[in-house]
Amino acid sequence: MLRFSRGSRWSLMAIVSIVLIFMYAPLLVLILNAFNERQISAWPIQEFSLKWWVVAYESEEIRAALLNSAIVAFGAMLIAMVLGSLVAFALSKYEFFGKGTVNLLVVLPIALPGVVTGVAFSNTYSNFLTPAGIQLGYFGMIVAHATFCIVMVFNNVFARLKRMNPSLQEASMDLGEGLWGTFRLVTFPQFRTAFAAGALLAFALSFDEVVVTIFTAPPGVDTLPLWILKEMARPNQASVVNVVATVVILLSLIPVYVSQRLSRTENEK
Amino acid sequence: MTTSSATGKREVSQNTSGYAVSLKNLNKSFGNVIAVENLNLDIPHGEFFSMLGPSGSGKTTVLRIIAGFETATDGQVILEGSDVTELAPFDRDVNTVFQDYALFPHMTIQQNVEYGLRARKIPKIECAKLASEAIESVKLTHLADRLPHQLSGGQRQRIALARALVLRPKVLLLDEPLGALDKQLREEMQVELKRIQREAGITFIFVTHDQEEAMRMSDRIAVFNAGKIEQIGAPREVYESPSSAFVASFLGVSNLISGASAKSLFGSEEMFNIRPERIKLSSEKSQLASGEHGVIAMITDVAYTGANTLYVLESESGLRLIATRLNEELPGQDIRLESGDRVLASFRKEHVAKIPNHK
Repeated sequence: MLRFSRGSRWSLMAIVSIVLIFMYAPLLVLILNAFNERQISAWPIQEFSLKWWVVAYESEEIRAALLNSAIVAFGAMLIAMVLGSLVAFALSKYEFFGKGTVNLLVVLPIALPGVVTGVAFSNTYSNFLTPAGIQLGYFGMIVAHATFCIVMVFNNVFARLKRMNPSLQEASMDLGEGLWGTFRLVTFPQFRTAFAAGALLAFALSFDEVVVTIFTAPPGVDTLPLWILKEMARPNQASVVNVVATVVILLSLIPVYVSQRLSRTENEK
Repeated sequence: MTTSSATGKREVSQNTSGYAVSLKNLNKSFGNVIAVENLNLDIPHGEFFSMLGPSGSGKTTVLRIIAGFETATDGQVILEGSDVTELAPFDRDVNTVFQDYALFPHMTIQQNVEYGLRARKIPKIECAKLASEAIESVKLTHLADRLPHQLSGGQRQRIALARALVLRPKVLLLDEPLGALDKQLREEMQVELKRIQREAGITFIFVTHDQEEAMRMSDRIAVFNAGKIEQIGAPREVYESPSSAFVASFLGVSNLISGASAKSLFGSEEMFNIRPERIKLSSEKSQLASGEHGVIAMITDVAYTGANTLYVLESESGLRLIATRLNEELPGQDIRLESGDRVLASFRKEHVAKIPNHK
């Protein structure tokens, strides 16, 4: 264990505090403003109220946006779960020509600027698929999200499979269990926590995606981030936005918490 | 009578049902690397058979081919008279004890041992009963509800054994199962394994790189080198009459004598082997008894190893020999032999083994 002198301990604590303040002070301001009675966010807050919570709760628009976000995130997550783990299996189990390239291509979308992904999909849909008579619409947005969501599932499952003892599967078959039984009873339980953690991260990633969504959302469809962006342009709606943002913060804690718990129980084994 | 040969034997006996395992003209290559080359082997029922060799000699590959984890590039695997070459591991009546035990980490000890019984669609109550008995037979009943990571290496080893034996396989394959245990536990397990094998009457095929372990437990040993079997025989046979220089030096310490030294000692330039414990050291003025070979040599090194003292000798003609002597007396109470002493190193003619496969 590294030992610190009293002075360096204090300065470390100071650095950590500053970092945390920079990260969380804006969020705190936002949450406080959600209870601001005034129509525009202003400091200091004169009067606290739950008025904007009621407005937000009763808004059809917000409800529709939330539903859209949930559907898109859920769809992208499902695609990512299936394709991400299949790719992880292929890359962790087999040696083949171009393996490194495939690995890179799968992970690349997470590093690509969203604006590039967005333009690319938008172009493909409007210049290529639509003229060919294929209207993807809503599903197109889900597919675009899935490209980077796959990475989350892939990375988690791949890392787990790499650490997995290959003789476990051999042992299962040796004891007389067939291929499906071996997968169900031995292989899957070995990576299910990584699988679930990856899926949750994929959901969270898709849920708050703005850039790709702008380019691929069908006309008239708003996801929650799109709605927030639009409302921000109208300053008199700021307080409702703060309420929605507060809810999103609270909601996003759930997947982070669950996925951390999952990987912790995993590491204890 | 078992007939088996390491290489070259093309014709195979028609009646193979008398053997637990027969391998016929087995070949396996990984890309350009030949792991197993034209291997023929017959293992009778109830034998404790060891495959001994250095790492990369193909012994583990042969085991994995018998288990069905690898498919042979060419050749046949015959279990109890039926060809299983094309069968998947779960369709073969053999079980494996893995080097790393391969216990399922998310299942309790009880569930691990029940696993194979469940796969055979045996009723749950029956599974539980058989598994409990198997766990009891390795004296770990009190740990049945634990997870594998809560057990020590030796306990895991015994559970791995119970998990395989509860299925009453015709053949049990063991892939260096004692490799990860410390010396004392290892020796206990050697006795235990031998006892289980004798009582259950199951054919054991045991892979190891430890020659002492192989000698101690086996009915027969196959010595592997570079994808081929160099020699098959009872421990005494492979030790006393090694078929090649490789076998002689892999099992125990050997003094291989060939060329001019062999010519002057034995009147032939072929290769001979004499084991260090059979070399007698006496004063250089001593006379050779009839039926003995001998050479005057100088002691260049002495090493005390507890039960034995090891002497390195060098003759005037440059022949180097290693001799060991049992320390029957306390150090110093024996005839004193030290570095620089000249001695007569002698050995009986019948203790000299001619190495037949010397190229």
